[in-house]
Amino acid sequence: MNEMVPAHTIGAYVPMVDGPDKVSGRAKYTADLIAPGMLAGRIYRSPYAHGEIIRVDTSAALALPGVKAIVTGADCDKTFGVLPIARSEHPLARDKVRYRGEPVAAVAAVDDATAKKAVSLIRLEVRKLPALYTCRQAMAPDAGDIHAHRTHNIERDVLFELGNVEAGFAEADLVREGSYNCAEVCQNQMEMHAAVADYDAERDRMTVHASTQVPYYVHLMLAQILDMDMSRIRVIKPHVGGGFGCRTETLNVELIAALLARRTGGCVRMVINREETFITHRGRPETDIRLKLGMRRDGRITAVECECHQRGGAHSGYGVVTILYAGSMLYAIYDLHNVKYLGKRLMTNTPPCGAFRGHGTVDIRFAFESLLDQIADELGLDPIAVRRANYLTAPTFTDNDLMVSSYGLPECVDWVERESCWRTRRGKLPKGKGLGFACSHYISGASKPVNWTGEPHATVKIKLDFDGSIVVLSGAADIGQGSSTILVQTVGEVLGLDLSRIRVVTGDSELVPKDNGSYSSRVTFMVGNAAIDAARNLRQVLVTAAARKLEAKPEEIECLGELYRAGAQDRGLTFNEVVTEALKDNGTITVTGNYSTIPESHGGKKYRGAAIGGTMGYSYSAQVVEVSVDEETGVVNVDKVWVAHDCGKALNRLTVEGQVQGSVWMGMGQAMSEETAYHEGLLVTGNMLDYRVPTIQDSPPIEVGIIESNDPHGPFGAKEAGEGSLAAFLPALTNAIADAIGVRFNDLPVTPDRVFAVLEKRRRAGNGRRREASRDA
Amino acid sequence: MARILEFTLNGRQRVDAVADNLLLLDYLREVVGLTGTKTGCDGGECGACTVLVDDCPRLSCLTLAASVQKRRVETVEGLGADGRLSAVQRGFHEKLGSQCGYCTPGFIMASVGLLRRNPHPSDDDIRQGLGSNICRCTGYVKIIEAVKFAATLNQAGVAP
Repeated sequence: MNEMVPAHTIGAYVPMVDGPDKVSGRAKYTADLIAPGMLAGRIYRSPYAHGEIIRVDTSAALALPGVKAIVTGADCDKTFGVLPIARSEHPLARDKVRYRGEPVAAVAAVDDATAKKAVSLIRLEVRKLPALYTCRQAMAPDAGDIHAHRTHNIERDVLFELGNVEAGFAEADLVREGSYNCAEVCQNQMEMHAAVADYDAERDRMTVHASTQVPYYVHLMLAQILDMDMSRIRVIKPHVGGGFGCRTETLNVELIAALLARRTGGCVRMVINREETFITHRGRPETDIRLKLGMRRDGRITAVECECHQRGGAHSGYGVVTILYAGSMLYAIYDLHNVKYLGKRLMTNTPPCGAFRGHGTVDIRFAFESLLDQIADELGLDPIAVRRANYLTAPTFTDNDLMVSSYGLPECVDWVERESCWRTRRGKLPKGKGLGFACSHYISGASKPVNWTGEPHATVKIKLDFDGSIVVLSGAADIGQGSSTILVQTVGEVLGLDLSRIRVVTGDSELVPKDNGSYSSRVTFMVGNAAIDAARNLRQVLVTAAARKLEAKPEEIECLGELYRAGAQDRGLTFNEVVTEALKDNGTITVTGNYSTIPESHGGKKYRGAAIGGTMGYSYSAQVVEVSVDEETGVVNVDKVWVAHDCGKALNRLTVEGQVQGSVWMGMGQAMSEETAYHEGLLVTGNMLDYRVPTIQDSPPIEVGIIESNDPHGPFGAKEAGEGSLAAFLPALTNAIADAIGVRFNDLPVTPDRVFAVLEKRRRAGNGRRREASRDA
Repeated sequence: MARILEFTLNGRQRVDAVADNLLLLDYLREVVGLTGTKTGCDGGECGACTVLVDDCPRLSCLTLAASVQKRRVETVEGLGADGRLSAVQRGFHEKLGSQCGYCTPGFIMASVGLLRRNPHPSDDDIRQGLGSNICRCTGYVKIIEAVKFAATLNQAGVAP
């Protein structure tokens, strides 16, 4: 009697399949692709924030020995951009420069020192134009247009009112309004942007290795910019050192490298430095929010009015989507009915913003959860009770037609309340210490893709041949989040096979099916579902073969992973025997798995852009943050964080914990220290010391509770885990500070100097009162 | 100007002609071809390029190649024995101290340096020992777990 059982890893702690490569130094990132004969690429960037280009003089640079080619805006009149409706960016500026640091020319030379020297010899002559650095400047009546096709510098105006906001406020027992400012922040992933472009002039083929989250989009934009047929282009994504959203669109780096490679008929390696990586940007825009909430005495929210301005920077990027997310994602976390949103995305003469982790939702959530806390306090309600009074009941559709199929927020809230001992400790901590609470949520992939082609949202292929190894072919870009591991686990689970039998091939357009890319937390949900579909199709092939060999009906075959049998008494066939039988029909087996979202999840049509926010599954998060505030120095220390995340089902508890901890911590950086600051458009925080990233010494223990609401559509019930917990940290922190010292910070980051200034003001006022009191005496 | 550099790299003797201004980081990556050591910033900000020089963590981006004359240099590629991962490498792999992996070689070398001088580090010792390295993925929580796990493996006889 064989006691064999299928292998099973879903829900376990599974180290990443590519971990050994990363810890041994074998993993190759784009900048590691160093080969003899490569040329070094360097970019000349505009020192001006706004100006009409009169002349780009490259003559001295070209005359430098060792310089092989220089390209400028004159060499490419094509434009690129991630949204089909906003492709207005040139890889190298033409006609105008629009921000300090915008690429103007690029050099390919025999080595980096020569390329650097050549760049220093390039001269740019411009007619300076007034530069607009802030939303206010961009909106001024006399402001000129940065882009001719974006009049009044408006990238997108959004306005919707669903329900009756005026009636909602009239129904409230308390109405409060707050203004919030969140500084611009940058992903600052550890790997600086890099591309290696290799042009085969003889056969007119281009191969580009790029540090990207979206190889398919890079492929599309290379074809557009180079004016080459897509079939002549190959895009390879090596290991990628993080992205957090800045690589969810094609960057000028890979396009410029390709232009240089074609010009030289060779291979160009372009590795930009940290300061340039900051300038390439695509971070979270500076956001100004005015928020008004109405609440009944029982904690029910009666109306919401929100006005949001985003400083988008000099090019469109994802801008339209970001300003729409900020409005649509007011919903799908609480039961809201009277909501008015006014969003304005502006263009400015600063580096272009993009889709930073938690895209569009983070700053709005900060404002919302801050004001909820403040109102709860004024009404004498517990902050947690206020959230409980506004829960959704799944399944449901929100007023803006977002489909909520699973909703683990209540369990998240219960978990952090219990684990942090909220009830017994809140309000009873020593002076200077406080507890804060907040919630957040996020999508598991946008239900409508950016490039609508009619294809399935995700496709996975599996190959099985004589050697009995399962090869999963997927375009999903593993950028460190562990998507390759999830693919291997899902396929292994369906087939009941140990992970050692399964390999995954990703990241090469020549080998793998197209994938839209790693963004909006779509991969586990969509590619995971496609992988399950492919694995089921493969199992069917194997079961059919086993049935034939065992002279049984397919439905009688029991698949135990390494053993297929027709009944408990049957000795059965080993996996390799089944494979041998299955190959007899057509040789090498390849199967396909697909996944498409359902139309109900595509969001509504109640306002222009209402599809943004639509997803198959929302994740939920609740957090309690404990802080100590040093009233002498203004330094805030985060002592501990409790976070619970509803990821539907943790396919891999280890990577879910890692993603949640990383999200919380990234929220901490934004809340406490990170800010891209400019002086007249010149980035003054273009390094990791001035752009203050928390170190291990600044970082708290983060305890993670995994909540499993088992989404009906998710792969094995899973939803996203890598973004939704970022946003709640910000308001949980400021709510904790308010609890600790009675001061509410509505502007981020809450740096020690800001805290100190407020405390100092309070001390002076207090001293003044004391002095007056003593005089009176 | 160039000079002859003689030193030990990952246990092997090497002799190379190196330019006086060549950084150890660029020497390792571009001359030797050991690309495990990473460039993460424009100089001295992030710790991704950390290597060991005579057992002490050093930023190879702030170290001239010529300055390691007669010294013993170790990079992430030199860890482990018989093709198996070292204790610290196992810790970072099995406890998910590494996500995207880009800062990982630097963290691993700083951790090896720490465990060699302090085989029983407390959480605070770990925080102090790794304070010059930046990770953008993990929030450091699992990095601390990784180093503690490595310390237990080390005590069981696996070299850091």
